[in-house]
Amino acid sequence: MRIKKTYDDYIVDFISYSVLIILCISIILPFMQIITISLSPPAQVTSYGLKLFPKEITFEGYRKIANNSLLWTGYKNTIMVTILGTAINVFFTCLGAYPLSKKNLPGRNMITAFIVFTMYFGGGLIPTYMLNKSLGLINSMWVFILPGLVGSYNMIITRNFFMSLPSSLEESARVDGAGLFRIFLVIILPLSKPIIATIALWYGVGHWNSWFSSMLYMTDRSKHLLQYVLRMILFEGTKVDEGAVEIDQVIVNTETMKMAALLVATVPILCVYPFIQKYFVKGVMVGSLKG
Amino acid sequence: MESKVIKQKCELKKTKKQSIKSLMQKYGGYYLMLLPILIYFIIFKYGPMYGIIITFKEFYPLKGIMGSEWVGLEHFKTMFTGLYFWPVFRNTIIISFYKLIWGFPAPILLAIIINEIKAAKFKKVAQTVSYMPHFLSWVIVSGIVIEMLSPTRGPINYFLTLLGQEPIYFVADPNWFRTVLVASGIWQGVGWGSIIYLAAISGIDPQLYEAASIDGARRIQKITYITLPSLKPVVVIMLIFACGGIIKDNFEQIYNLLNLKVYSVGDVISTYTYEQGLVNLQYSYSTAVGLFKNIISFALVITANSIAKRVSEYAIW
Repeated sequence: MRIKKTYDDYIVDFISYSVLIILCISIILPFMQIITISLSPPAQVTSYGLKLFPKEITFEGYRKIANNSLLWTGYKNTIMVTILGTAINVFFTCLGAYPLSKKNLPGRNMITAFIVFTMYFGGGLIPTYMLNKSLGLINSMWVFILPGLVGSYNMIITRNFFMSLPSSLEESARVDGAGLFRIFLVIILPLSKPIIATIALWYGVGHWNSWFSSMLYMTDRSKHLLQYVLRMILFEGTKVDEGAVEIDQVIVNTETMKMAALLVATVPILCVYPFIQKYFVKGVMVGSLKG
Repeated sequence: MESKVIKQKCELKKTKKQSIKSLMQKYGGYYLMLLPILIYFIIFKYGPMYGIIITFKEFYPLKGIMGSEWVGLEHFKTMFTGLYFWPVFRNTIIISFYKLIWGFPAPILLAIIINEIKAAKFKKVAQTVSYMPHFLSWVIVSGIVIEMLSPTRGPINYFLTLLGQEPIYFVADPNWFRTVLVASGIWQGVGWGSIIYLAAISGIDPQLYEAASIDGARRIQKITYITLPSLKPVVVIMLIFACGGIIKDNFEQIYNLLNLKVYSVGDVISTYTYEQGLVNLQYSYSTAVGLFKNIISFALVITANSIAKRVSEYAIW
C-alpha cells in the first residue's frame, strides 16, 4: 500500500534535503575554491569572488611548493612517524589491554583506575614539556611517538573488545601448551582485526594531523612534521615562529602557493578517507559502548 | 586439641603462601605484559604530575625542580590578582558556553535530518561528505576558514558586497571572532558528532513507527513523539559530559585562528598557558594556571560522571 504524501511529508523532506545539501555545499565549495586559487596566476586571486573554476591555469604555485624542501622533508617525516608510530601504538595498546581483559586478574581494577585517572588529570603543558626535555626528546623523532605511546581511551575500548572474545579458544591453546605471549600473538590479535583497525585509524590520523609537538620540540628544521611546515607556509608573516624564517622565504608566500601547499598536505587524507570512513564509523559505535 | 588448632593454622599459612606462588604462576605472565605499559604511564603521565610542584616554587631551569626555591602560593596570588587571568578565564567560559548552546544541538538535528532522508544513495554521499572535515587537521581547517572569510578574496564577503554591505574581516574582528570559532567548530564536527545519535536512532524499534503510522501519526509527530524521546537518554548523557568539559578549550582550533586583533576576546586558558610558559618563559606561573584549569576540569568531569551514573547506566567508570 502506498501512502499518499501529506503536507507534513513535504515540509520534512524539504527541510531535510535542503539542510543536507547546504551542509555538503559548505564543505565542497571551499575545496573547489582552494583548488582554483592554487591553479590560478597570483594576480587573479587578489579580488573577490567565488572561484569555482580557474579562468587560466598555471602550475606556478605547485612549482614553488615543489621547490620547498621543508615541505618534502615534512612529508617524509610525517609518513615515517605515522607508519612506525601507529604500529607501535597499536601493539602496546593491545599488549596492555589484554591482561586487563582478564576478569579475575588480581589488582585489575586498581590498574585500570590508575590508567583511567590520566584521562582526566594531567600535569599540564609546562611540566610535560620539561619532562620531555629532560628525557632528551628534544629534536628526537621519538618525541612524536613515546609521549603518546598508549591512549587510555583506546586501551579501554580495546580491553572491552577482548573481554567479548570467547575464552574457550585460549583455554584449548593453553592445553596444547601455548605460552601466554604466543596466545596473545597467534590467537587474540588475529581475532581482533575490527578493533585493531579502529584504533590504528585513530592513531594514524592523529599522527598525520599532528603539528603542535613539532612546534614545541623541534628546533632542527629538517625534523618538522608536514602540518607544522604547512602552518609556517600558511601563516607566514603573522606571528608564527618569526625567528625561524629563512632569508629566501621572507618574501610572503602568495595565496596561490599557500593554497597549493594546503592541498598537497590534504590530498592523502582526501584520497584514503572515503575508504576508511566506514571503519571509523564502526569505531565510534564500539567506543560508545559502555566501559 | 590445641596442637590440632596450631596445625590447622600452619596449614592455612602454607596454603596462603602457596596460593601467592600459584597466583604468580598463574598471572605472572599477565603482569609481565602490563609492565611496559605501567612504566609508560608512570613516566609520561604521572611524571608531569610530579612537575606540578614547580607551581609552588620559583622555577629556574638551571637549578632544576628540586633546587628551585619554594614560594608557596605566590603564583596563585599573582594569577588571581593579576590583570590578565580573569579576562582569559572569562573568554574560556564564554566561548565554551557558546559552543555548547550552538554546537551541542547541531549533531542531534543533523542525525534526525539524515534519518529522514529516504534516498539511500544521496544519504550515503551526504554522510560521507559531512564527516570529512573531521579528518582534517586544525591547521588545514583554519587555512580554509581564513581563506573563505578573507575580506578581499573570500566568497562570503563577496556576497556581502553584492548586497551593498561593507566587507567584514571576520577573523580579525573582536565582534565576530567567537562566532567564527563556534561556526568553524560546528562545520568541522557536526557530521562526525551525528554518528552517535544515528546509532541511537537505528536502535529504535521500527514497530513503534509502524504502530504510529497506523494510528495516523504524521511525520513531524513521529519525530517529536518517537525519535526525540528515544534519543533522550543519549542526549542527556552527552549533555552532562559536554557540561563537564566546559572549561576545556580547543587549543588546536583557537591557537590557529587567534591573532593580535582578537586577543581580547579569543585568548583562552590553553593559549594563555602556552604563551606565558613557552614564549614568556614564566614556567611556574603558567603551570599554576594550567593546574587551576585541570583541577576545575577534573572536578567537573567527576561531577558529570556521578550525575550520569545516577540518571542512567551510562557512565565512564
